[in-house]
Amino acid sequence: MTTRLFGQKITRREDPRLLTGHGRYVDDVSGSAIAAAFVRSPHAHADILDIDVTGALDVAGVIAVWTHEDLPGHAAERLPMLIPNPSIVAPHTGYALAKDHVNFVGEPIVMVVAENRYIAEDAANLIDVEYNFCDPVVGVEQAREGSRIVHEGMEDNVAAHIVQNVGDVDSGLDSAPHVLELDLEFERSACMPMEGKGVVATWDPGEGSLEVYSSTQTSTGLRAVLAAKLEIPLTKVEVITPDVGGAFGVKINHPWPEELAVACAARALEATVKWTEDRREHFISSAHERAQTQWVKVGFDDEGRIHGLDVKFWHDNGAYLPYGVIVPLNTSTHIMGPYVIPSFRVEYWSLYTNTVMVTPYRGAGRAHAVFMMERTMDAIAAELGLDRAEVRLRNFVREFPHPMGLRMQDGAEGCIDSGDFVTSLDKLKALVGWDEFESYREQARSEGRQVGIGLACYIESTGAGPYEGGHIEVESSGRVNVWTGLTTHGQAHATVFAQIVADELGVPIDSVQVNTGDTRKLPYSVGTWGSRGAVMAGNALHLTAKKVREKALRIAGESLEADPDDLEIVEGLVQVKGDVSASMPLAAVSVLSNPLRYAFDESARAATAFARESPADEPSIKPGEQPGLEEQEFFSPLRSTVANGMHAAIVETDPETADIKILRYCVIHDCGPMVNPLVVEGQVHGGVAQGVGGALYEKMAYDTDGQLLNASFMDFLMPFASEIPHIETDHLETPSPLNPLGIKGAGEAGTIPTASAIASAIEDAEGIPIRSMPLDPSTLWHMRAAHAEGDVARSH
Amino acid sequence: MKPSPLRIHRPTTIDETLDLLSEHAASGKVLAGGQSLVPVLNMRLAAPSDLIDITAVSGLDELSVAGAEGRAEITVGATVTHRQVERSEEVAVANPILGEALSFVAHPAIRNRGTTVGSIAHADPNGEIPMILALTGGRVEVRSTRGQRTLSAEELNIGPLETSLESDELITRATFPALPAGSRAGFDELARRSGDYGLAGVGMILDVEGATVKGLHCGFISVTDVPEVLNLGEAVSGAHLRDASEVADTVVDAVRDFIDPGGDIHATADYRRHLTGVITSRLFRRLCRTDSAQGRNTDSRMTGTDTERRRV
Amino acid sequence: MTEAIGTEPTSTIRLTVNDTLHALEVPDRKLLSDVLRQDLGLTGTHVGCEHGVCGSCTVQLDGEPVRSCLMFAVTAQGHEVKTVEGVGNDPENPSDVQQAFIDCHGLQCGFCTPGFVTTIDAYIDENPKPTEEEAREAVSGNLCRCTGYQNIVAAVQRAAELRAEGARQ
Repeated sequence: MTTRLFGQKITRREDPRLLTGHGRYVDDVSGSAIAAAFVRSPHAHADILDIDVTGALDVAGVIAVWTHEDLPGHAAERLPMLIPNPSIVAPHTGYALAKDHVNFVGEPIVMVVAENRYIAEDAANLIDVEYNFCDPVVGVEQAREGSRIVHEGMEDNVAAHIVQNVGDVDSGLDSAPHVLELDLEFERSACMPMEGKGVVATWDPGEGSLEVYSSTQTSTGLRAVLAAKLEIPLTKVEVITPDVGGAFGVKINHPWPEELAVACAARALEATVKWTEDRREHFISSAHERAQTQWVKVGFDDEGRIHGLDVKFWHDNGAYLPYGVIVPLNTSTHIMGPYVIPSFRVEYWSLYTNTVMVTPYRGAGRAHAVFMMERTMDAIAAELGLDRAEVRLRNFVREFPHPMGLRMQDGAEGCIDSGDFVTSLDKLKALVGWDEFESYREQARSEGRQVGIGLACYIESTGAGPYEGGHIEVESSGRVNVWTGLTTHGQAHATVFAQIVADELGVPIDSVQVNTGDTRKLPYSVGTWGSRGAVMAGNALHLTAKKVREKALRIAGESLEADPDDLEIVEGLVQVKGDVSASMPLAAVSVLSNPLRYAFDESARAATAFARESPADEPSIKPGEQPGLEEQEFFSPLRSTVANGMHAAIVETDPETADIKILRYCVIHDCGPMVNPLVVEGQVHGGVAQGVGGALYEKMAYDTDGQLLNASFMDFLMPFASEIPHIETDHLETPSPLNPLGIKGAGEAGTIPTASAIASAIEDAEGIPIRSMPLDPSTLWHMRAAHAEGDVARSH
Repeated sequence: MKPSPLRIHRPTTIDETLDLLSEHAASGKVLAGGQSLVPVLNMRLAAPSDLIDITAVSGLDELSVAGAEGRAEITVGATVTHRQVERSEEVAVANPILGEALSFVAHPAIRNRGTTVGSIAHADPNGEIPMILALTGGRVEVRSTRGQRTLSAEELNIGPLETSLESDELITRATFPALPAGSRAGFDELARRSGDYGLAGVGMILDVEGATVKGLHCGFISVTDVPEVLNLGEAVSGAHLRDASEVADTVVDAVRDFIDPGGDIHATADYRRHLTGVITSRLFRRLCRTDSAQGRNTDSRMTGTDTERRRV
Repeated sequence: MTEAIGTEPTSTIRLTVNDTLHALEVPDRKLLSDVLRQDLGLTGTHVGCEHGVCGSCTVQLDGEPVRSCLMFAVTAQGHEVKTVEGVGNDPENPSDVQQAFIDCHGLQCGFCTPGFVTTIDAYIDENPKPTEEEAREAVSGNLCRCTGYQNIVAAVQRAAELRAEGARQ
């Protein structure tokens, strides 16, 4: 048998292409296409009184100028609410181009199409828009207070409201000897992939068809919505997602206003039209995440065991809600984490503000949930004078599966299917040296240094349904072509899916070519989000490969006159188990599977050696079969898998400057069996780096007028290598019973507990309760001063 | 983010350059490394009609150290990049604080293209180089078709991002005097990320005779509107080096009193004031400790007890 | 500004990129990054921020890394420009730096990667044996949102090893 590729640290097959300048990202497509630029609102909240485009029309090289009035039919209607939910009380979405009102700085109002982007921007600058200003709503507090209203016709700013219960929280709290309340805050950040969004749309007037290249996270979803909005048959729209320069959630919403407007322009102009988002546009008109104000009331006993947990939080969802309430919903369903909480109540309000809308960012609301629970765990430990790890240990879920009693984002009842939290904690404590830390602290103190250690535990529902598909074709050359409808943006799909398929088919990995995100081959797919790629498409391809294998063995069995059960495939050769002399190449099986009359290549000619005379009374293709060694299969799980992990951080805080430095960062991660540990580690590293950004550096700074003050990489402090610590990792692999490969998702894991672990460590170093993240040195310095004066409220 | 239409002129002589500047004084701009200017153009925060690219002009690429010992001067031509200055051994010997400060200017890829004189002309109060020019008593040579003049840093810097240059004038070179014998100099700043503008920064020249302090000059970044130099000679003169700790408090008080920081999204004014004091204290103690003739920081490039580059 | 529109100043330039001399007619305001990508089809150079911070567009100018989004193509005349394709454009035969990135899993989405490759390609000539700390500092002027940098730092050191081995052979 060949070595199983599953579990091997295979270097990435996409790398040589990407490293040598052969990647093809959306802006690399159709280099000479005419280009769109947008006039965007400079005001957070205003009525549009008049738009004067005459200046722009005079610019040489300008091809078209579009306002809302120019959008045809359904394209002029509001953009869809993609994921409805019963909790949404006031669904509001925007338009492709603003109609009468603008609700955030950056909202697109006019599209200019010109010979190139330079000229399009020249013309956009000459367009005059007249506004009537309204009072903007900025931040959770103002939205909650409700004296200013974002959307006309509403009496408050509540987009969604929900209460979920597990058990009776009131009696849970009543039964508890200790009760604590915490007020917490989490700030806005953003995915901020290195590549912005982009779309290239081509209308073929002869075919009446639209071909769209987009950096979307869901080519199938974009295809469907463009067909609906342009009112053309689905078969006349294809969406191709080429290489994508990172996404992290921001490219899942669809259609983005620009995607729809550009598609309309391509059709109207019978041309290829391109829009490539620039960095400033990305800051002010893509999506953000993370701002929440939270309140926790916890009841617990002398041992630190939680009896009841009552939670309310207020979520800033920005101006519109096109992606529904996934973020606050995920927050609400992940608060209990890896713990047994006998009674629980969560109530949330998702609120409109006049700021960039909020859609999922890596972790999608889960980081907020962990922040609530883990800050609470530390508060319990502090109240009782117990070790923080010990308090967590006493509350851990120890039996699996563990039903959570809550309805998750996929609509199913949540359930922790697998894990071993006790072992994970042991591993984390060993890795970071938890029990030896006090001596390290003493040593540091003697050197005048101030250090602290912290930890955070989390669970993460991953691999949500409803389904994902695979399509595999074995060419007569022996080459194996694999398609998944998933898009790919750095997750090594070309490698990990090839591993899974090569294992099942018994072929060398080099013969497997993985294709992603192209609706021309596989129009059924849900998309790449929520740590679902490996779980969903991985299992779908595993099942598809099984089907291909079965067919191959059946066909080969007929030729080799052997029972298919006695056959195996090794290195691309179908052979009788233990008898290498009776074998045929998989390539030959492919030829036999497709009884063409043409011997068009070498392997087709060679295959004739294996062709058996068909019985005269049987057709070449038997009933129920299809020609070709090619299969399609889908995987649809009962519910999401639940991955988990634990992080620990050691920080040093400068006694004078309040500088915060991460000395060590340790991760224990359980995503079940790892398809490729190299890739999983890479995902964890990247996630932690984003978590560190969210903990110490990144924040969307809005002023009271709703202007984003730091819409550039100069002032939005995304960490460089110099700001990210070395990350130490260890793994636990508890398989999930929910899918054939036993795998759980890994894409978001690194980000989820990072801010909590760092907050825990800073709190330990400083002796000041940390209730708000991110935290910068200036803020910490002021907190110290307030704390020294006994002002606990001001120190959060 | 694409610049507005503009014409780029590529003169090869200084005279040609000055003629072009004179011709396009109304809406022309000098382009050297472009590392501060081009982002502004790409964001369309400025839209000059003409750019006079001086990078191909002969005679502007001088980087030299000349003059008798104790009176040597570093001359940096208008097209000399930060990296060239930073890499110069001669400069490091004559005026170590210049190279030390340069290593804090953005990142190497920016310093490879950005020019030292360009930084001076940009006059950003967050920038390291305008402050070093002021602190070390440097000057610039300015030319136009109308003639030539020499400006001290004080004469040049009149406000944040504002100089006394006329729109047809070109800074052809900057001159940084070598540090006098017996002086010790150092620079330190704290930034959120490596390469960012400092939240606060301090440059310091300490004059020492034997083990006695004779003078002290401080310059600041990000906490004053223009690069002003604070002379603390009176406060410290006569102190013994080993009494640095006591003197440091006096110095810090004077510094915190002198500066005028503003607050922004990265730090409050109060924090910047506090931070400037901390940097001052650490830097002063470091300079009192170091024993090499020109104050080169042999044990560590940074303040305090830390052995690595610190960031806030 | 209106006057200039429609009569956009252009120049005929001679640009040496990856050892090939090109004669081009370009608008004066066109950024080197855009000329490389659009006029020369060298799409390996990526545009991530257009204000000089992210480093995705880094190319070598006379052997030294610079931001191509902060240069006008007109002003690149008289210099030797090297893009990621000039460092190595054959996926079957990657350069030492490119191989190091493969070995160390130094990239995920690959968008920022060409800027790192051009930066590191120049850096390891300057510092043939970087420590981990030096390697980290060397790449601290480039943003990456995927990798958390750890494997890129490892790739710097690996690339230096490969270059030293290559020099010995």
